Amino acid sequence: MVWLQAKGLRKSFGTNVVLDGIDLSIDRGEMVCLIGASGSGKSTLLRCLNLLEPLDDGEIRLDSVDIAEPGLDPAPVRRRIGMVFQSYNLFPHMTAAENVLLAPRRVKRMTRETLLPEVTELFRRFGLEDRMDHYPDQLSGGQQQRVAIVRALAMKPEMMLFDEITSALDPELVGEVLDVLRQLRAEGMTMVLATHEMGFARELADKICFLDRGRILEEAPPEVLFSAPKEERTRAFLSRVL
Amino acid sequence: MRLLTSAMVLMMSAGGALAQDSCAAGKTLEDGVLTIATGNPAYYPWVMNDDPESKEGFEAAVAYAVAGEMGFSDDQVTWVRSSFDEAIQPGVKNFDFNLQQYSITPERDEIVDFSAPYYSAAMAVLTTEPVAAGGATPDLDSLAGLKWGGVASHTSYGMITGVIQPDSDPLLYGDNADVTEAMKARQIDAALFDLPTALFLAAVMLDDGVVLGQFPADRSENPDQFGMLFEEGNPLKDCVDAALESLKASGRLAEIEAQWLAEATGVPVIE
Amino acid sequence: MTFRNEGRGPALTRRQAYEARLRRRSNTIAALSTLAVVVAIVLLVPLAPRWEAVKKSFFNWDVFARTFPGLLEAFLLDVAIFAWSAPLIFGLGLVIALMRDVRSPALYPLRLFGIVYTDVFRGVPVILVIYLVGFGIPGLGLPRPWNSPYIWGTVALVLTYAAYVAEVFRTGIESIHQSQRAAASSLGLSEGDTMRYVILPQAIRRVVPANMNLFIALQKDVALLSFIGPVEIFRQAGVYKSLLANFTPYVGAALIFLAITIPATRYADYLLARQMKARN
Repeated sequence: MVWLQAKGLRKSFGTNVVLDGIDLSIDRGEMVCLIGASGSGKSTLLRCLNLLEPLDDGEIRLDSVDIAEPGLDPAPVRRRIGMVFQSYNLFPHMTAAENVLLAPRRVKRMTRETLLPEVTELFRRFGLEDRMDHYPDQLSGGQQQRVAIVRALAMKPEMMLFDEITSALDPELVGEVLDVLRQLRAEGMTMVLATHEMGFARELADKICFLDRGRILEEAPPEVLFSAPKEERTRAFLSRVL
Repeated sequence: MRLLTSAMVLMMSAGGALAQDSCAAGKTLEDGVLTIATGNPAYYPWVMNDDPESKEGFEAAVAYAVAGEMGFSDDQVTWVRSSFDEAIQPGVKNFDFNLQQYSITPERDEIVDFSAPYYSAAMAVLTTEPVAAGGATPDLDSLAGLKWGGVASHTSYGMITGVIQPDSDPLLYGDNADVTEAMKARQIDAALFDLPTALFLAAVMLDDGVVLGQFPADRSENPDQFGMLFEEGNPLKDCVDAALESLKASGRLAEIEAQWLAEATGVPVIE
Repeated sequence: MTFRNEGRGPALTRRQAYEARLRRRSNTIAALSTLAVVVAIVLLVPLAPRWEAVKKSFFNWDVFARTFPGLLEAFLLDVAIFAWSAPLIFGLGLVIALMRDVRSPALYPLRLFGIVYTDVFRGVPVILVIYLVGFGIPGLGLPRPWNSPYIWGTVALVLTYAAYVAEVFRTGIESIHQSQRAAASSLGLSEGDTMRYVILPQAIRRVVPANMNLFIALQKDVALLSFIGPVEIFRQAGVYKSLLANFTPYVGAALIFLAITIPATRYADYLLARQMKARN
């Protein structure tokens, strides 16, 4: 069942064309990985899906409503789509728990007391129950990124976007974050990842999209794309990173 | 031709030295020149139109009279401007003497020298018609209920706190203009000035100014007397004192006072 | 390899021993050169031909002892004016800074006002604002006590300093990385909530040292209110100066100011240094 359908997405920064006509469909419960060189448009695509960047052109249908319509209030859409960033972007002046509680309290107008049990449960699920009262600078990179994931999950999103969330981590911390993704995958969360973790993408993704110069050059299930890429540029990219 | 001759006479006299037997010879900053300082600006009626060289105004006239007594011609007098701070700072002064209504006090006398007094100032209460209409009368009880202001560098502040003893703390300002501005803004009801200044401010600076009353000039306690200010130890002081003495004896000083400060009558005296 | 240093704590490494030696050496040199300068000043200045006159006018112990208690009492007024001005400045500065950050076109007049406000009040000398507001507004015919120079003098200080504080806040707001806004937006927070809960708390903390410096300057500029009447320490010193024909009361006033501002400046520097360290 197609849940999100993007058509003809275009985005330029000045004369620099970043998205050059992207078509993408995502089914409920599907996990899509975006791969490609830096600057190929992966991050921008994710930010456009979450309406953090206004699109120049194109439409994004979510339950058959065009959310990319210029002038539409983006906040309700963002509540349905969670996003996690490469640089964690935790709020440094709040504890881990406060980071997670902020949006449900301010956006959904829920009280700390009603939220606390489920938030505590989220922390526990991702092995962070003893870190709730720590400030971000008291946490390791991996812990911070897991808190960021918990923070997005606390809004009960229907889909999660992950923008190279392991790229800033020391290699030994990557595993704990990927484990979280595995867990979410097992729970059936709809996810779109921009990633350089090819092994991980191969293991879990339903679909791999290879982005090149603002277009999806090739789109296929991982076993097809990794073993028999059709495009020359895909092959060249894979040979560099694998 | 006549013009040229008189111009030459002028120039010669301007450059000329004093007679050797003059008291002031060799005691001025520049030989043959008497340098006198006044305020910046200098106020009516002490100096008219801020122009002391016109010899108009009480202090300007006194200055030229004293200079004449000491043997200086009018052209041998030059004027400079100074603030109170410049007058009392340690270091070389740029004037022989400075007159701008300096009250003589023992404390000031320790730092600088004063001539004999050339004027005894009655202190007067400047106020406005609304305040007078509001029931303010020239007696201490009524005055104590007013909101007072004054110029910070004047000795009047001591009189406000010492004699009038107002119910609320007085406000103080940098100069006469600020005091009248505060009076226009109704931030203060009354201010204390020497009588000639009070009369000038009431007539010219305020639309509805009134001089409510004056304290007697010759009161025994804290008489407010103006003296010319010298750098401490300036030998010229004795010459100026002698000149003032002779001006008083001849009645010339009283004449000058009558000419420029005559209006000072008719203001009720505060007991 | 380490040097044993029996009975004096843990042994020093070679590097530590070397650095300790170096430190002792530079401390000695610093102490000696400071001493030399102080001795030179103490010996040479009194040799100046008019030192006695300067000493009598500026450093007169009798005058100092006589006027200091009065100055200290007058200083309480400075402290009070500062105490009620500072929170107002903080609040107005914040409001102006937020006006300048408004992005909605409907609210553009607010933004324009913010820009004009900061330009004007940073460009005009404080003393002019104090005169204009302190005499001008009461001059319009306000009844007592609403024409008080304390009220309008405070308004003048607040107007002026809020412009500077607003600029500091704006710098602080702009220094918060765009990614923080992105993270807040991605969670569905409104712009207002993002500003209030995410950006401002960080921005305000970040500019504490800069604001400290402004408030130290304010503590000194409070004295300017004396121009419109209040007899605070600066004016009280002026009264003493006129009365005694002596500048020593100003020196006394300066000492009182320094007693407040030097610790405050040191503290601001300390906060700044700590912040730099935390960021690196």
